Amino acid sequence: MAMTDPLDNGRFGNFGGMFVPETLIPACQELEKAFREAWGSEEFRNKLSALLKDYAGRPSPITECERISDELGYKVLLKREDLNHTGSHKINNVLGQALLAKRMGKSRLVAETGAGQHGVATATAAALFGMDCVVYMGEVDIERQKLNVFRMRLLGAEVRPALSGSRTLKDAINEAMRDWVATVEESHYCLGSVMGPHPYPWMVREFHRVIGLEAYSQCQDILGSTPDVVTACVGGGSNALGIFSGFVDTDAELVGVEPAGGAAVARGIPGVVHGSLSYLLQDEWGQVLEAESISAGLDYPGIGPEHAHLAETGRARYEKVNDKEVVDAFQLLARTEGIIPALEPAHALAWMSREREYLSGKTVLLNLSGRGDKDAIQMMEVLG
Amino acid sequence: MTFRDEGIEDTLLQTIAAGRKCLVPYITGGFDGYLEAISAAAEAGADAIEIGIPFSDPVMDGPTIQAANDIALSSGVTPLQIINEVASLDVDIPLAVMTYYNVVYRFGLERFAANLSEAKISGVILPDLPLIEANSWKNAADTENREAILFAAPTTTQEHLKKVCEETRGFVYAVGLLGITGARKELAESAKIIASRCKEITEKPVLVGVGIGTPDQAAEVSKVSDGCIVGSALVQKLLDGGGAEAVGQLVSEFRSALDND
Repeated sequence: MAMTDPLDNGRFGNFGGMFVPETLIPACQELEKAFREAWGSEEFRNKLSALLKDYAGRPSPITECERISDELGYKVLLKREDLNHTGSHKINNVLGQALLAKRMGKSRLVAETGAGQHGVATATAAALFGMDCVVYMGEVDIERQKLNVFRMRLLGAEVRPALSGSRTLKDAINEAMRDWVATVEESHYCLGSVMGPHPYPWMVREFHRVIGLEAYSQCQDILGSTPDVVTACVGGGSNALGIFSGFVDTDAELVGVEPAGGAAVARGIPGVVHGSLSYLLQDEWGQVLEAESISAGLDYPGIGPEHAHLAETGRARYEKVNDKEVVDAFQLLARTEGIIPALEPAHALAWMSREREYLSGKTVLLNLSGRGDKDAIQMMEVLG
Repeated sequence: MTFRDEGIEDTLLQTIAAGRKCLVPYITGGFDGYLEAISAAAEAGADAIEIGIPFSDPVMDGPTIQAANDIALSSGVTPLQIINEVASLDVDIPLAVMTYYNVVYRFGLERFAANLSEAKISGVILPDLPLIEANSWKNAADTENREAILFAAPTTTQEHLKKVCEETRGFVYAVGLLGITGARKELAESAKIIASRCKEITEKPVLVGVGIGTPDQAAEVSKVSDGCIVGSALVQKLLDGGGAEAVGQLVSEFRSALDND
């Protein structure tokens, strides 16, 4: 199977759709049309490629890691999305959406953020394109990611706290959607992951496809073949779909790693929130539960609908790790490779570290989706 | 047969035929004293009542309804409990529930419709279930003869508006402004425009909701529409501790404004 366009009703298999208030339906449809046109336009593609190269620093390298390979007992490759401008893969999607918003004549970007990486990336793109920018962030996350809040403000964005519900990422999304309902004529909602109503899960994956395309050809150069396993952390799941898209048509095993306190796929209950039908943490009455994770970026109770589809069809599998394993993996990479990872990709590394026996003799490609500077203060407290 | 069994659409059409405007108050289900508030609203002249079933992520709701929603949820109330409590309520006007799609989806579409049928709750309003995604739910609702009430928004295209007006049952829920629920100082221009666009193409009742916070605004918009839905202004009375009495008082003020105009 390939990761292709969604069906006409915005579905990946049984998942996805456009579950938004009637007010937003024309905006979603207009966005779908505009994206389809732009994505088919050589001019748009060239503009975006130039931005990714000259502004964001693409292509990101792949690093062959000798010391951690020795430590784990199998060959480890890292796709270095941490080296992108703003420090994570998020910039790929944001530059794409900002360019598209500008093409659609929108003057204002609205975004949600959890760890703050997507907020910083959106604020960056807004500054670059001279657009207004409002970022919603859960009050709890504002407290634990102060540095990113300051970065967003420095970049000219307004950071508004989400004060209702669990006051984390899911509530920031609610606030962003409420803003969009009220300002839909001038605003583009710059959603940060492969979730939300159609066309977002598809569009955001396409903007991250560059990760997989680069990684596939880099692996051909380095290995002369594809890796045995491709792994990435999954909250909403954008970096994972980005790298999976390069290997879904190969024999590589695809493994998404969720935090144990989230694990929407592992629990396997379908539900509808934030515009799409997917797996969702919820109680027996359909009330959405709060995900719990050491990493604010994975603190999301759902998962992108295409991941639900990949899980249901068995093309990808989804594993979970606990916070303790993540903290160990975070330190392991720092000490063996001189790379401080973000807590999010440290989840995938934690799974790799736990599964040494299974992975023995294999080649594993990990999408290192972001750098750990933003987590330094939090980890200083955890590690004492 | 009582009015409560008669269905929202038929009841409202009778009100309209009698030359009156329709008033549909909204009350947050599960909030302390909500059953008394429903009764008070009915006695004060409501034509039908919309009862909110709280959901964890109410994206169409503003701060007032969110606050009542959070309080009700933290009391541990469940959707089934609200349905059962409303079932035994002695109110002789048609009732609707308003909630979000995941509550219905998790409950099971058929089972939810059947439970409403047993509870003599006629209508269902799901603001995050647009017409293009509503087929399964509409079928389940039709099977139990429940009224799936659909939304017309200021942004809705003319072609789509026709479909909404054809497919909705109960009434057309015309969204008065670009935005979420909550009282506003002024009636939005868009309220009369969407009402008039709907009235031009349908014989079904057209009620405007979202942004109708005062009796004057209700009277003003109802010059064009067949009436209105009033939510946040009433829920604020509950949040302020005014209870059923304050709700009844405000509903009767809306009633007078609609009747005298």
